[in-house]
Amino acid sequence: MFCEKAIELIRELHRMSDGQLPAFNEDGIRQVLEEMKALYEQNQSDVNEAKTEGKSELIPTIKFRHCCLLRNQRCISAYLYDRLLRIRALRWEYGSVLPTNIRFHMCAEELEWFNQYKKSLATYMRSLGGEEGLDITQDMKPPKSLYIEVRCLKDYGEFEIDDGTIILLKKNSQHFLPRWKCEQLIRLGILEHIVS
Amino acid sequence: METQSYVSVPPGVGMEDNFFSLDDILLSHERLTSRTECLFPRLGFLEKSSDSRDIQEGTKMEMPLFLAKGLYERKRRVVSVELPKVYREGWRTVFNADPTVVDLHKMGPYYYGLGSQMLHFDSPENPEIAQAILQTFIGRFRRTMDSSQNAYNEDTSALVERLDYLERALFKAGQSGLNSFQSWERGCASTLTASSLVLNYRKRKITDLQA
Repeated sequence: MFCEKAIELIRELHRMSDGQLPAFNEDGIRQVLEEMKALYEQNQSDVNEAKTEGKSELIPTIKFRHCCLLRNQRCISAYLYDRLLRIRALRWEYGSVLPTNIRFHMCAEELEWFNQYKKSLATYMRSLGGEEGLDITQDMKPPKSLYIEVRCLKDYGEFEIDDGTIILLKKNSQHFLPRWKCEQLIRLGILEHIVS
Repeated sequence: METQSYVSVPPGVGMEDNFFSLDDILLSHERLTSRTECLFPRLGFLEKSSDSRDIQEGTKMEMPLFLAKGLYERKRRVVSVELPKVYREGWRTVFNADPTVVDLHKMGPYYYGLGSQMLHFDSPENPEIAQAILQTFIGRFRRTMDSSQNAYNEDTSALVERLDYLERALFKAGQSGLNSFQSWERGCASTLTASSLVLNYRKRKITDLQA
């Protein structure tokens, strides 16, 4: 039956329901496009034959192939769209720099899309809140205090805060830092917010 | 409450289906026993049981829902679809008696979705099918909601295994609400947390390295 490869692509994404991005299945897409090309060409020739020789009994077959063509198109579109939704989520969870292992899972066009999305988001954020703009990726939860106690979960290295002091973030060290500097690192699992 | 950055396209409601929804695409791939009501020339290779070049009229074959739906026409006889047994009279009486005992995951993991899609085929039993699906949902909903709101910090696999995908999605939403509420009650709602997406990626990376 047709469209089996296309549904494989969908299953691949459905398996990762938490929003992780699997590697871009270039091979899978190529196979679906090949099947579409074959179906399309067969339909073209049958349509010509039906028109010129009046073979109207070919019409159900033409409809059959057309259904499969639309189905393949739907599967590929949904595959690409869902991946974009996942990539968009990456900007909000990881920030603007993606780890290399995730970047390897994206195709060139998706990387380009990510860069454009970053730019759009940055432009939008600059346009808010007067002159300096507003970072809306911060303060996802209403803040209760300016400074917070954090513990370092893994070695991160040197970290500079606003007044110029450099802090060494070594595993298990505890610090009292401004909330806005830590939020990103907490989200990435490098620091842990301690509440007394 | 942890906001989700990734929200996939939800499935359509009732007889609709959403073009980009992964759930709807998987649902419309389910196979239905159908009968061709006309000749399909040159497609004989799809049908393993005969060696003919064409699919003959009156051939019984398994067709995915999307194909049956695409080919079906009210006025002309192109294809006819057999109602899966879960939606037929026999099972409808079982559901009527007690909907909560049935393992809906086994009965086709997309019970409600597939049932709603079957209504597109103008069966004379459509009103009864629609009623059965609706009443089954109403009958089971209370238990699903109850268990999702009370199972805190425990293994829920036993509760979830007999639910179909729609009910599982509802269960998950209930659990997420429960967890957020509990964390608020404990005063942890304002604690900044690591992103669950980032943690999952890290877990996967470690297992990839170990493999």
